[in-house]
Amino acid sequence: MNNTIETAERAEFTQPASIVDGVSLGTILDNAEPKGVPTKDMWDWQKDHMNLVSPLNRRKFEVLVVGTGLSGGAAAAALGELGYNVKVFTYHDAPRRAHSIAAQGGVNSARGKKVDNDGAYRHVKDTVKGGDYRCRESDCWRLAVESVRVIDHMNAIGAPFAREYGGTLATRSFGGVQVSRTYYTRGQTGQQLQLSTASALTRQIGLGNVEIFTHADLVDLIVTERDGQKRCEGIVTRNLITGELTPFTGHAVILATGGYGNVYHMSTLAKNSNAGALMRAYELGAYFASPAFIQFHPTGLPVNATWQSKTILMSESLRNDGRIWSPKEPKDDRDPNSIPEEERDYFLERRYPAFGNLVPRDVASRAISQQINAGLGVGPLHNSAYLDFRDAIERLGKDTIRERYSNLFKMYEEAIGEDPYTSPMRIAPTCHFTMGGLWTDFNEMTSIPGLFCAGEASWTYHGANRLGANSLLSASVDGWFTLPFTVPNYLANHLGEAVLPADSPEAAEAVERAQARIDRLLNIKGPNPHGADYYHRQLGEILYFACGVSRNVKNLQEAIVKIREIRADFWANVVVPGEQNYMNQALEYAARVADYIDLGELMCVDALDRDESCGAHFRDDHLSEDGEAERDDENWCFVSAWEPAGEGKFIRHADPLYFESIPLQTRNYK
Amino acid sequence: MKLTLEIWRQAGPTHEGAFETVDVPDAVPQMSILELLDHVNNRLIEQNLEPYMFASDCREGICGTCGLMVNGRPHGPGQNTPACQQRLVGYNDGDVIKLEPMRSAAFPVIKDMVVDRSALDRVMEKGGYVSINAGTAPDADTLHQNHETAEFALDHAACIGCGACVAACPNGAAHLFTGAKLVHLSLMPLGKEERGKRARHMVDELETNFGHCSLYGECADVCPAGIPLTAVSAINKERARAAFRGKDD
Repeated sequence: MNNTIETAERAEFTQPASIVDGVSLGTILDNAEPKGVPTKDMWDWQKDHMNLVSPLNRRKFEVLVVGTGLSGGAAAAALGELGYNVKVFTYHDAPRRAHSIAAQGGVNSARGKKVDNDGAYRHVKDTVKGGDYRCRESDCWRLAVESVRVIDHMNAIGAPFAREYGGTLATRSFGGVQVSRTYYTRGQTGQQLQLSTASALTRQIGLGNVEIFTHADLVDLIVTERDGQKRCEGIVTRNLITGELTPFTGHAVILATGGYGNVYHMSTLAKNSNAGALMRAYELGAYFASPAFIQFHPTGLPVNATWQSKTILMSESLRNDGRIWSPKEPKDDRDPNSIPEEERDYFLERRYPAFGNLVPRDVASRAISQQINAGLGVGPLHNSAYLDFRDAIERLGKDTIRERYSNLFKMYEEAIGEDPYTSPMRIAPTCHFTMGGLWTDFNEMTSIPGLFCAGEASWTYHGANRLGANSLLSASVDGWFTLPFTVPNYLANHLGEAVLPADSPEAAEAVERAQARIDRLLNIKGPNPHGADYYHRQLGEILYFACGVSRNVKNLQEAIVKIREIRADFWANVVVPGEQNYMNQALEYAARVADYIDLGELMCVDALDRDESCGAHFRDDHLSEDGEAERDDENWCFVSAWEPAGEGKFIRHADPLYFESIPLQTRNYK
Repeated sequence: MKLTLEIWRQAGPTHEGAFETVDVPDAVPQMSILELLDHVNNRLIEQNLEPYMFASDCREGICGTCGLMVNGRPHGPGQNTPACQQRLVGYNDGDVIKLEPMRSAAFPVIKDMVVDRSALDRVMEKGGYVSINAGTAPDADTLHQNHETAEFALDHAACIGCGACVAACPNGAAHLFTGAKLVHLSLMPLGKEERGKRARHMVDELETNFGHCSLYGECADVCPAGIPLTAVSAINKERARAAFRGKDD
């Protein structure tokens, strides 16, 4: 494919220096966008000029897909339908699992059927502005344009979308946008999209076009070097039942392994979601983009006790009647009802008098988190704020409140053991979605040729903050309507090449690397032994404090030092009972925690390096006069893509961002 | 609260298993069954002892990964609630709780409380889908579906695939699981086209892998997705319809 029509006129770009020790500047990345084409038309142009593989030649190619969530399941099914030889891998027991299933709200689509004046441009605008201008505009156009047929396809393969009484599709408005473009199936849209996609994949499995490997955990990647160029040509999996390590080789590999929010120890993510595949790819040279861009949800159930396994979201509708406050004095452990009015700080009402408790999600998260970090947190672990219904109950009566929120109050009481009718609820911001991920070009290929990345695992679309109902959409567009074009475009150049033999030296080397990592974990006999959870918990606390909702230079610098100490402690002392050659969840988890420690360090480096505030990356030292996030478009209008360069050393590559359709503008929520 | 747990330990599919007794002196009513197991396991790992294996993922009741028998009942005592959402509120100090894998001939034990539920996937492979390739679907707005039908289809599409229905059934039948798919897909605008073929193939595979249905109804009592018991009638109805009709749709 030739990308050049004419030389584009884009401003010269130079990377700013870094304030972080150990960071050096790398290259300006070629993002494979067609040159000289308006961003709006790039996807069409790209599709028109891609290479094709003829139907008879498709069988000659092996494609490996890792992950059977919404994006991976879709990519595997679509490539199977086209006639490629596909192998798909999941650590679950069946393709119907995966965390895509837990998404509730809905899926955006700019079908523009209604007369509310929606369309692709509006969708791009909301996505780019929501992402605070740290996403690639051409990607957002692809997202919006392809969103139209996502709904048609999902409905056709089995998702029973909500319908109007006339029989046409229903939509709702979501995430503060001014149009109604969110399609839904009650509160379980993710489940229905995931199950439909899994059933389409199951059809391909039944037809013999796709082979599935369940209980298969990716433990390494096979990267070769031919003519001086790296190429990803396979993976190594560990069978979670037998413990066996097996190399699989193919012409291309797709990672669709989900987000890395579990790095925080407590998050809303499923327990098995992990960063293993991303970290193996990163170590082998696939750049990690924007690792510090993390979305937090303001009304999570607080972490109340050390046995708690994760955080759970409470509907934000609670903020319609509940008043958020914290005591004016730190560590005020009195019964909240006995704290007099003048000793309470209703900080959202104080700081944002116009919106009060109903400020946008990230503003609320930030304000609550600032209170907690200032020592004003409440609850047994001093890590939450009160959400008080006392005044609403006085004003409206208990029955009205019960009518509105009885489910949520019941869920809260069961989980926390306190009655929200008589004692204020407690809430805390919780990690919810990771915008960062492997850097990919416009064709969704990483910096290692042959290695593609999709869904939450990749950095694409969301910039520094994800728009509500865009996560299911991005996974669907990647899997169903992007990779089926871009992977063949890559494969066409490799027609006639035999697949790498599974017993090649490169494959053996990858298996040895994986084995060495397992051996190392199983053979630590330190003087101060602890299970992996002990280290993960400490890491999570550090990250919530320093690399959470709000960040500053001092906390991040200290966090990097502390994380390095945890790493040393972990590798000297971690206890992993049992052996490799049978199901061993303690071993799986310890390997994941080892990755989280490295990733946590990288996130703090990225957060410290990015010397501005943007979207969810809120730096206390980059505020406007009225205390809001202040972007620095002059210096930081690019994506940081990280490469490791030895212990404590990192190379920052840059993918400059240009905005044509949606000119740069400051976000304003006052 | 002090609880005594009887936990199933089994090294592998061909090994003998047995209950082991574990005392938990510090259980808390707000813990879920799974958090109780986490708590036990963390304590074991800290002592370099092997934890008990059990399956779980989302811990929000939607992924269907978890599933174990609590005092002989899939997921636990609560009605229509997955194990991750069943808390210890109903137990008293000194209670004994028995935790073991889902018991069914179709679900061999992999290790401890983890079972192999791939028999459900084999049923799905035979027809639990709509044969439409990516990009070829017509406009969903022109494929009308009335509001009530869409909602009724969703009631059946809500199945989380946990296998509790099979484990609860004295015969080890998967009629609730399979019936839910048949009802859901037969109501979808394009799923109708292969309704007869689907019923024939899925029901054949169902009978190869699972027991027969005697309408005990215990499946619907435990189903965390609240699939109605009427779904089991779809098995006979759809099969008879396909046989009389003799066509694929």
